[in-house]
Amino acid sequence: MPYTTHADLGGQPGFGPVVHEAEEGLFHAAWESRVLALTLAMGATGCWNIDMSRAARETLPDYLDLSYYEIWLSGLEELLVAKGLVTAEELAAGRARHPPKPVSRILTADQVVARLAQGSPTERAPTVPARYRPGQRVVTRATPVEHHTRLPAYLRGKTGSIERILGPHVFADSHAQGLGEDPQWLYTVVFEARELWGSEAAPGHRVSFDAWQPYLEPA
Amino acid sequence: MEHDHDHADHSELSEIERRVRALETVLTQKGYIDPAALDVLIDTYQTKIGPRNGARVVARAWVDRSYRDRLLRDATSAIAELGYTGRQGEHMIAVENTPGRHHVVVCTLCSCYPWPVLGLPPVWYKSAPYRSRVVRDPRGVLLEFGVRLPADTEIRVWDSTAEVRYLVIPERPAGTDGLDEEALSILVTRDSMIGTGLARSPAEL
Repeated sequence: MPYTTHADLGGQPGFGPVVHEAEEGLFHAAWESRVLALTLAMGATGCWNIDMSRAARETLPDYLDLSYYEIWLSGLEELLVAKGLVTAEELAAGRARHPPKPVSRILTADQVVARLAQGSPTERAPTVPARYRPGQRVVTRATPVEHHTRLPAYLRGKTGSIERILGPHVFADSHAQGLGEDPQWLYTVVFEARELWGSEAAPGHRVSFDAWQPYLEPA
Repeated sequence: MEHDHDHADHSELSEIERRVRALETVLTQKGYIDPAALDVLIDTYQTKIGPRNGARVVARAWVDRSYRDRLLRDATSAIAELGYTGRQGEHMIAVENTPGRHHVVVCTLCSCYPWPVLGLPPVWYKSAPYRSRVVRDPRGVLLEFGVRLPADTEIRVWDSTAEVRYLVIPERPAGTDGLDEEALSILVTRDSMIGTGLARSPAEL
């Protein structure tokens, strides 16, 4: 099945002005906070990883019509059904009708603060030397891929410079596909806006992103 | 008559509220979640982890040169010195605004944001207009936030596409020499640490 993300928005026209809001409005309804907490609690069971969550959300066909926590809710429901943890029928009925599948961990109330403070670091020990060094010119992969990736479309096939070596990190593309952590060197790559947007780019404007080594070739 | 009771209980709920409640009920009945953990998660992000954390980091950097240097060199450990660590802030980088250079942070692919220092992202940060436009027309977007930068100021937009999270250190406002760390932190807004705002001057309070 072709993989289509609806979340890759950088540079796309037609979305109108930014609607600002004050610092206080964290949740707009109580259900939003429940969706946040359900997503974090189910993430803690280890039945999937954060990159699989992102893949589930970005491929929702109605992504652009949904609010943020509606996206999280739909993504969570999709993962739960895909992993066989609940059935669509159970979600519709609002009650469990089948025995649970075993899960490796259940996040209990007393563990929450420590688990959040610990997080899930993605940096890994190097096993091979980094291919690139700061200042080196690189070009990003030009072709789209049929899976979750963190190379945005607007940065495909563009030439920039390595600014910083960030260390080997869990490779989101592999991780999202269930292919393991597959750590790869991660770099900050910086581009002149003119390389991305042509003559409309303002002078002195640059854009950077964090690129795993498989996204890059020497320029 | 548990079913009837349920029905009456849920009749005032919107469709999405019913859906969320159904999900929570099923997950609880299956034993996948501890409902008490949900309350702790929500309380943590509502009352403990938010942009005041980041404001304390910035204020410390403003008053303590060696802290500022540590923050720029290794933000993860410098921020941890103040007790802020963990989820969505495991790998931090701090970038400093100066008179000639302005930094703005976005995640064009989703909503990556430094939770331990800024809390949960605001709706606009997660929404299509900001994500689509700030990488292409940062000056236009900043104007919508009321920020007008000098024409010769360089603008760097950081698209946080991997697991590194960025904190902007805004410029310290003029006329704040006599203020202590606590008073300075009040000047540091959430938006100033994303780069879509500037720190407030004492006169704006």
